[in-house]
Amino acid sequence: MSVELLSGNHAAATAAALAARANRAGRGFASGLYPITPSTECMELLCAQDLPKGAVVRVESEHSAMAVCIGAAAAGARTFTATSANGLVYMAENAITAALLRLPVVMVVANRTLGPPWNVWADHGDSLLLRDSGWVQLYCADNQEVLDSVLCAYRLAEDPRVLLPVMVCQEGFVLSHTVAQTEVPDQALVDRFLPPLELASRLRGEARVMGGIDTPHVTEAHRAQHHQAMARARAVYGEVQEAFRAAFGRRPADPVVAHRVEDAETVVVSMGTIASTVDRVVDAARARGGRVGSLRVRMLRPFPSADLERLLRQATRVAVIDRDISLGLGGVLWGEARATAPRGALVQGYVVGLGGGDPRPAHVEEILGDLSRREAPGDPVILEAGA
Amino acid sequence: MTTVLRPGNSNCGGCGMSSALQLFGRAVEARPVQLVIPACCGAVMAGSFPFAALGVPTLLSTFASAAAVATGLSRVARMNGEATRVVCWAGDGGTYDIGMATLSAAAERNEDVLYVCYDNEVYGNTGGQRSSATPAGASTTSTPGGKREEKKDILGILAAHRIPYAASISLAHADDGLRKMRRALDLGGFRFLHLLCPCPTGWKSEPALGIELVRLAVRSGLFPVLEIEEGRRLRVSVEPDFSMEALELYLSLQRRFQRSGLSAADLRPSIDRHWRELRARSGRIVPAERAR
Repeated sequence: MSVELLSGNHAAATAAALAARANRAGRGFASGLYPITPSTECMELLCAQDLPKGAVVRVESEHSAMAVCIGAAAAGARTFTATSANGLVYMAENAITAALLRLPVVMVVANRTLGPPWNVWADHGDSLLLRDSGWVQLYCADNQEVLDSVLCAYRLAEDPRVLLPVMVCQEGFVLSHTVAQTEVPDQALVDRFLPPLELASRLRGEARVMGGIDTPHVTEAHRAQHHQAMARARAVYGEVQEAFRAAFGRRPADPVVAHRVEDAETVVVSMGTIASTVDRVVDAARARGGRVGSLRVRMLRPFPSADLERLLRQATRVAVIDRDISLGLGGVLWGEARATAPRGALVQGYVVGLGGGDPRPAHVEEILGDLSRREAPGDPVILEAGA
Repeated sequence: MTTVLRPGNSNCGGCGMSSALQLFGRAVEARPVQLVIPACCGAVMAGSFPFAALGVPTLLSTFASAAAVATGLSRVARMNGEATRVVCWAGDGGTYDIGMATLSAAAERNEDVLYVCYDNEVYGNTGGQRSSATPAGASTTSTPGGKREEKKDILGILAAHRIPYAASISLAHADDGLRKMRRALDLGGFRFLHLLCPCPTGWKSEPALGIELVRLAVRSGLFPVLEIEEGRRLRVSVEPDFSMEALELYLSLQRRFQRSGLSAADLRPSIDRHWRELRARSGRIVPAERAR
């Protein structure tokens, strides 16, 4: 193991290259890649790698980047791509196909707001648009988590009980361009953690059509199976955490990361790096005697309802912070998490940090103040954090 | 031969693409082949899961993606030392229109892929709308009065990518077609084959007359049958006799040209212009052997 100074993008590419080499004894590795701010440095580093039995294809669009992954995965190779914002949305059609064909593609998304009007900074709106695409979605809070999540993503995606593509999300610039000390495992350990992929359903020599016509009853069955695979992904992830700990000595974060919630009456639920800010505010409030805690939803799909219900059991007031907005409803996370709070708890949604607005401790304190003064939940509160 | 299209498929009677697949199966023989078919008539012809009227392993792709999906399959086959020929089988919509960027990029990268465009000059699968392969004067459901714009020169576009091999194939000249298909299957790098495929449903023509329609299109010079190596060496494979009678027959046997009233005389200037360009590029001023 070595400790390196890596940006989130370079951590992602480093992990992808380790996973790629780990499949050199299998059917190899292929990646379709296309640049977009703030994901570009991930593809650049991958393009500079020496990958035995690896093909990095510099395509003409994100749509084709995922198409290359689909073809290569159908041929049994390990696959990877990275993108952001409009690139992800442009790719959406093929991203959905990868999921429906149950191909274990891994993709890193540097979260960025959608445009035009153009804005290259972070929010979760891009990957949340693909919330229902059939991909497992993991949201990271630091660079180490990005690297670890990519490795975990392959183990999870390629598990025969799962066979789903996995999207690893990191906020653009906040993580993608911030350099931090990151532990990089040795190739030999990764080789053991990620054995060669043997995709039973891959296209071989015999006549077989992949992706042909589904009649209604077949689609109904396929969607039900896909949904069941999602449910299994939650359970298998627990095994992946243990295998990762056994291989590398660190335990990857839980689907819901809890910070001081044991006896917390007030709980703040958030996703991505905002949780790091929330944790600091929680620590300060605890020092003043407040019974406050923080929950970070790391796995959005499959949605960890049972984890949230368990961790919110004692909560009477819940603030859900979204760095995204489902226009006409409110925060996506709020829309999903509010049903997991105990009966009678006051759950209020807050939206902050869109388009790179920088939520600071003062904003979290403002949210906690608003929550404590409330007698009833209301419409989602939209805050402007600014840069 | 490999039976690529098996009985039980859902293609229309007289479908030119069915004939093209018959010919292709003869060309394939025992070569290992994988097909990539984007959204088009070819995507539905095989029938519904879990049955398939296709005799070779096939991956169905999204409309614009065939050449990129084929790239993935081909790269993995090569890195594993497999001889698999990865073949895109796409209609004119997926080639001339929505798939053009993907096709151009795969050609530019010179991927080891054979791309076959079965061109029926219409969006057949959606019920007959114009594509940029639809010829001027043809009525479609989205150009009821007849299309105004001329058909794209797809072979010229592909040749401009300087790919190892680009050729047009006439279903009425099976020996020439078979030779080109085998050549294209065995070459490395990006190869492109263009087949004019009669569509009785879209062309409003007699199903039994499809092959004859292609013969008329070739004789009249409307559909040049040629091959281009490395984007430079152009050779005319079947010499037309530029018969006005053939052109008139070609138009009159299809109801799609009826509404616009397009005549052979209307078409002649653009045919002549195109052939002057082809002659210049072939370096042959004197016509080659006449077609029999």
